[in-house]
Amino acid sequence: MSGSDVVIVGGGVTGLSAGWWLAKSGVKVTVLDKFIVGWEASGRNGGGASHYSSPLFEEEQRLWPQMDELLGYPTEHQKGRILIAMTERQWDQYRFIAERHTRLNHPVELLDVKQVQEAVPLAGDNCFGGVHYKFGGHANPQRTVQAYAWALQDLGGKIIQHSPVTGFETAGGKVTGVKTANATYGCDAVVVAAGPQIPQLMAQLGVDVPLAAARAEMIITEPAPMMPLGGVDGHKIYGRQTLRGNLAYGGGPHEWLDVDANGPAARPSTPLARNLAKRLAELLPKAAHLNVIRSWAGVIENSPDGRPIIDRLNSPDNVVVASMSSVGFGLSPASGHAIRDLVIDGACSFSNIDLLKLSRFDGLEKDWREKRGWMPIA
Amino acid sequence: MDLNFTGIDVCAVNGTRSAPEAKYDLVVIGAGPSGITAAIEGAASGASVLLVDENPVSGALMGNDTPLYFGGRMTAATQNKDRMLEAIFMSMPDLEKAMEAGVELLLGTTAWGVYRNGPGVQSLPEQVVGLADAERSWLVGFDRIVLATGARDLAIAFPGWNQPGVMGAAALQMLLSRYGAFSGRRIVVLGTHDLALETALLALEHGLDVAALVEVRDAPQGDAALLEKITAAGIPTYYGQSIAASKGGLDGIESITLTDGTNIACDTVCVAIGLVPSIELVDAMHGPRALNAARGGYIPAGEPNVTAVGLCAGLPDTGFDHVAYRMDWVRAALRVNAPDTIICQCEEVTLADLIGIQPPNYLPRPAALQARSLGTLLDDGPANPDQIKRLTRSGMGVCQGRRCRDQVAMMLAIESDKPFGTIPLATHRAPVRPLPLKILAEWDEPAGMDAAWDVWFGIPTQWVPVEDIGTPYQDEHREMLYTGMYT
Ligand SMILES: Cc1cc2nc3c(=O)[nH]c(=O)nc-3n(C[C@H](O)[C@H](O)[C@H](O)COP(=O)(O)OP(=O)(O)OC[C@H]3O[C@@H](n4cnc5c(N)ncnc54)[C@H](O)[C@@H]3O)c2cc1C
Repeated sequence: MSGSDVVIVGGGVTGLSAGWWLAKSGVKVTVLDKFIVGWEASGRNGGGASHYSSPLFEEEQRLWPQMDELLGYPTEHQKGRILIAMTERQWDQYRFIAERHTRLNHPVELLDVKQVQEAVPLAGDNCFGGVHYKFGGHANPQRTVQAYAWALQDLGGKIIQHSPVTGFETAGGKVTGVKTANATYGCDAVVVAAGPQIPQLMAQLGVDVPLAAARAEMIITEPAPMMPLGGVDGHKIYGRQTLRGNLAYGGGPHEWLDVDANGPAARPSTPLARNLAKRLAELLPKAAHLNVIRSWAGVIENSPDGRPIIDRLNSPDNVVVASMSSVGFGLSPASGHAIRDLVIDGACSFSNIDLLKLSRFDGLEKDWREKRGWMPIA
Repeated sequence: MDLNFTGIDVCAVNGTRSAPEAKYDLVVIGAGPSGITAAIEGAASGASVLLVDENPVSGALMGNDTPLYFGGRMTAATQNKDRMLEAIFMSMPDLEKAMEAGVELLLGTTAWGVYRNGPGVQSLPEQVVGLADAERSWLVGFDRIVLATGARDLAIAFPGWNQPGVMGAAALQMLLSRYGAFSGRRIVVLGTHDLALETALLALEHGLDVAALVEVRDAPQGDAALLEKITAAGIPTYYGQSIAASKGGLDGIESITLTDGTNIACDTVCVAIGLVPSIELVDAMHGPRALNAARGGYIPAGEPNVTAVGLCAGLPDTGFDHVAYRMDWVRAALRVNAPDTIICQCEEVTLADLIGIQPPNYLPRPAALQARSLGTLLDDGPANPDQIKRLTRSGMGVCQGRRCRDQVAMMLAIESDKPFGTIPLATHRAPVRPLPLKILAEWDEPAGMDAAWDVWFGIPTQWVPVEDIGTPYQDEHREMLYTGMYT
């Protein structure tokens, strides 16, 4: 379908990566975003890229080391992660995970306390040990967003910011146009990658997409001396040392939210920053003196089983819906590829992604959110 | 996997947060004259009142130009906390009165965040302010909060401004009047509006040598009577000038050269072109604020139970357009500053890299990236300082953008040929002062917090490897890694 138009709703990593993949295939793409690219979860996340639970995992791992070159812009991707156990129970859990990886042929190595400190000099001798993942990694979310956006533009794709999509035009069982306040964008196919706003948009097409949104928070410190390994997780927090040296960390309880017509409210954050600070000071005791200089929140959506929904609908049959169910940054090189395949070929070329079909939720109970306790606080 | 849902998400934040340690009818942030007055009034009306002030701040913070732009010109006296406390009481006799009136006073105590429920947050037990001293942080509840946080210095880049001895007027006034702890001798003052004139006169009173006043506009800007005193003191004033070059040594600035070539020896350049209302807390709590050029910038737009007083509410409106005046200075700076002039000192971002939207030096700059610039970014939409700071890192450092955020916003307005008011305010985030992890940490958090804590959402099906779905491992995985959410 070379030369035809695909309109993508949502300029987060999912929509932008899809747009870039489509543009690489010679498709004319337009990405519409309600504000600025990456302004929601895609620019506010932990940057982790190690999603072994996903059918997109192998493609994620294959692509990340090449992304800077493929996109032509730096993403700050760094390979490898380490998981540090701060309690006996965490050590049991992390070794359990390590065993699993070994059986799945994902290269991991158990580290003793001394080895942990060699890789992560800010760690103390109060840890039980660590697991070094020799796969996965992390990148800079904001830089990656912009890299996709610029690479897409370099291939002739368009990004139109400050343009919330308000609805669709349909004819003959297809979406023929995507509407904003000022214009209607004609299209041969549509990708809806609007994060927490997917349900609202899809409802306009009569399609129910079960997603619930929640807030998650992060803190960041001033720069620390660079460590040999910057992708340091453990103690039930996740994060990374940026290439500048800052420690950016998240984790902990989330708050379920309703999303209104204007989208998620990601500001302000909450005093959870203190609980993150405690755990980071425990995980990396030699960083405890470092100043926290910012905290922030982001809003992400989850499907009932916590797995992404990447699917091309039966009706209208030119619509691909893509929610990453709260773990979409790392997978973005691969999710974009899968979306491209669905739009152009109707099927994913590199992995079986039936697991991610929307139809798995056919017959889902109406009160699925209540049942799970995924309700906003009244 | 057999999942029986309980209707409760044990990993949600609901009910996990600690209650505030104490609660007051009124909390006043900032113990300047207007904060003290508000506190005394509150106490007189029978309210329980807590009055906090971050001063005296640590030497380390002062070294990072926080909260004011000290420019490294404090003497060793600022390392002595007891002496500084004493100096604060000496310079503010009303503090004693406030205490006599029943106000609880905490000095050396920073308010780093204000939190309340609203759109996007419903999980707080009540509205709280986050406080911290040199030992720990804690939360305090309130019915009403008065922000009397004052105003901070506006910095402006010139060649060599990133060396000791370049400082702000509010910082200089504080070092002189309050602490007697200013280490400079010979000062050049930038500006001729009232702030500059008052600062120069104060320096004279303290026996310092004021080498010159420099004004970017062609005529003096401030009160005629004040100017008269400056002239009477024989201080030369240069109009239509800005700093084109400077020289310095180990101790910082040694001389400046004006655009007309005049050389002036000095050990201090005091940037006195404006103060910015300190609205960090209001913005970080996502409270309403509005641009008011006559009152010095963005000011709190007011909401019930959150009141701003004093300079935090805006500079006194004398009809002077502070924004237009500052823009003239920045325009002049853009004319003289070489491309390699540092704009963001913390992150060492040069003018060229800021306007070129280039990444920091530790990243490669492939051809495609070098072809990008503010110009190309503007094709996609209006300039947004938050986007630009993420790409260039300007304003992302440990001074939390205090030294560069205002001038960067003005530069973006000028370079994109748009009025200043169209450039959004770069967001402030809690903690609005740098706070060490070990201080910010809630060491004595309630047990419920840890019980609810998961690295991510605690959805057991989220992380089961695809290969293991439908195998016994799936259940083992859940048993090993998850607790409680599903029975
Ligand atoms: C604190 C935090 C930490 C995280 N950590 C990680 C991590 O370490 N690793 C990882 O892989 N993932 C992580 N995530 C999750 C990850 O950020 C998201 O899954 C991912 O960014 C989703 O990208 P997206 O493009 O699908 O959605 P979004 O980023 O939400 O983008 C959707 C876009 O759609 C636009 N939009 C919405 N409605 C409309 C409309 N009507 N019209 C036009 N535009 C619209 C929005 O403006 C937005 O830009 C984290 C998330 C958070 C919040």
